[in-house]
Amino acid sequence: MVNSQPKIQVSGLQVSYGKEPALKGLSLDVRDNEILGIIGPAQSGKTTLLKVINRTIDYISSARVTGSVLFEGKNILETKDVHSLRRKIGMVSPLPVGLPLSIYDNVAFAPRAAGIRDRKKLDPLIEQCLQQAALWDEVKDRLDTLGTKLSGGQQQRLTIARALSHEPDVLCLDEFSIAIDPVTTMRIEDVLKELKSKMTIVLVTNLVQQARRLADRTAFVWNGELIELDDTETIFSDAAKDQRTKDYVNGVFG
Amino acid sequence: MFQETPYIRHKLRVEKSAKTVFLLMTVLIIIPLIMIVTYMVYKASPVLSMDFLLTKPTNGMRQGGIWPALLGTLYLVLMSLCIAAPVGVMAAIYLNEYAKDNWLTRTVNLAVINLAGVPSIVHALFGLGAFVIFAGIGRSILAAALTLAVMTLPVIITSTKESLSAVPMSFREACWNVGATKWQTIRGIVLPNSVSGMLTGFILEVSRAAGETAPIMFTGAVFYKAIAEGDVFAYGLLDQCMALSMHLFTISTQVPNVPEALPYGTAVVLLSTVLAVNAISIGLRVYIRSRKKW
Repeated sequence: MVNSQPKIQVSGLQVSYGKEPALKGLSLDVRDNEILGIIGPAQSGKTTLLKVINRTIDYISSARVTGSVLFEGKNILETKDVHSLRRKIGMVSPLPVGLPLSIYDNVAFAPRAAGIRDRKKLDPLIEQCLQQAALWDEVKDRLDTLGTKLSGGQQQRLTIARALSHEPDVLCLDEFSIAIDPVTTMRIEDVLKELKSKMTIVLVTNLVQQARRLADRTAFVWNGELIELDDTETIFSDAAKDQRTKDYVNGVFG
Repeated sequence: MFQETPYIRHKLRVEKSAKTVFLLMTVLIIIPLIMIVTYMVYKASPVLSMDFLLTKPTNGMRQGGIWPALLGTLYLVLMSLCIAAPVGVMAAIYLNEYAKDNWLTRTVNLAVINLAGVPSIVHALFGLGAFVIFAGIGRSILAAALTLAVMTLPVIITSTKESLSAVPMSFREACWNVGATKWQTIRGIVLPNSVSGMLTGFILEVSRAAGETAPIMFTGAVFYKAIAEGDVFAYGLLDQCMALSMHLFTISTQVPNVPEALPYGTAVVLLSTVLAVNAISIGLRVYIRSRKKW
């Protein structure tokens, strides 16, 4: 079912850290069940955008946020229940983070925090998440070993499994492939293609080719502003409207 | 390549002498320490025995053992730890995990660090005013332990904060990202991985509380008190007590004609008590460290 209302609608979002502006009135929308690629050079405000969407920006004392972000029609900047919001939004950070817990507990952390403690419910959920993250086959016989002892690529898939464990509607990935090898990157990209049928995916990436491979639509963000947002094919063709977009995707600057 | 130029020879010479100087300084601290301890044990050897530990002083403190003082010190140290550790750890958690980084927090942090440098005699007067007189507890073990707790709180807060911030920020962010509250994050990830560092703070607390004389002199420690020998529950909370540090002070300076071995014996016991309590926490720390998870 195609919903006419966008999943997430960002309008006039301004964020500054102290006097340093990070986002200068950014507006964009994320549609249901699409992969939205967000590309742009470092320091352009991509990570800040994700931090606003799951409200972890709250923990940065110097951050000032104005504008509105509607998630399923509700302004998340005003919601009190940030923990439920974060469970609806899966977040994968650039560097893999295995929590200093067993693999099982890593994935069970979020369900347990939400009050699910019954092993009969947890076991199938954890298997499902690890399957979805393409990690199950490698770890199914050693679920009680430490998550921090896995390799970088495995830890990143563990992070994805953890992000899926609270059954989010939106999965945000922030440059997930920075610290992992190309083979694992490709495996995760396949995983994302499959997940697309179940959820909306926001893919922030430094690799423009990754956006080209995966994204349905691509946004080019530069210096805290949205330069262009269009179908990925358009962005990567001569039809791109803004010269800066053309230059960036062709590697002329950035 | 690999040719010994004058510059390389000079560099190696400097390297060698730097190492020697640093080694020398290390030896310089260790040797006096070993000498002092050996000398103390040697001087104390005539009196050191189980009887010395478990009997009370006799003949105007010129003979007998130190049981009331030993037990008093244990009471004071353990009680002050029981008061200061929970309060200090909770305050440190607030300051490190919850408090926003603003001028007020920075001021509080600065105040805590400076409090650690306040002389113990000032704490003694504070304890006398606040606990003994104002709160009406009277001169007692409780008042003395509270005074020691106030004195050692800054040390505990500072070291706990350090061990909390040693847990990588990325762990916290990962927990927040999946919808865990701050407290769930602290209980699930931060605390279990910072316990070993906290124990260091407790070790410092114990060492300092056991050795201090001034804060307890005004608030609960007495010159002499007879209690049942060998009974570990001989003191009540509101009793006054003897303490090793105070006992050492009195028999060294206030009582004439005390045999030389007695003060040395007391000092050796005081030192061993601190070391024994430290050894327990160090053992625990090593055990926790061996299970370090990242």
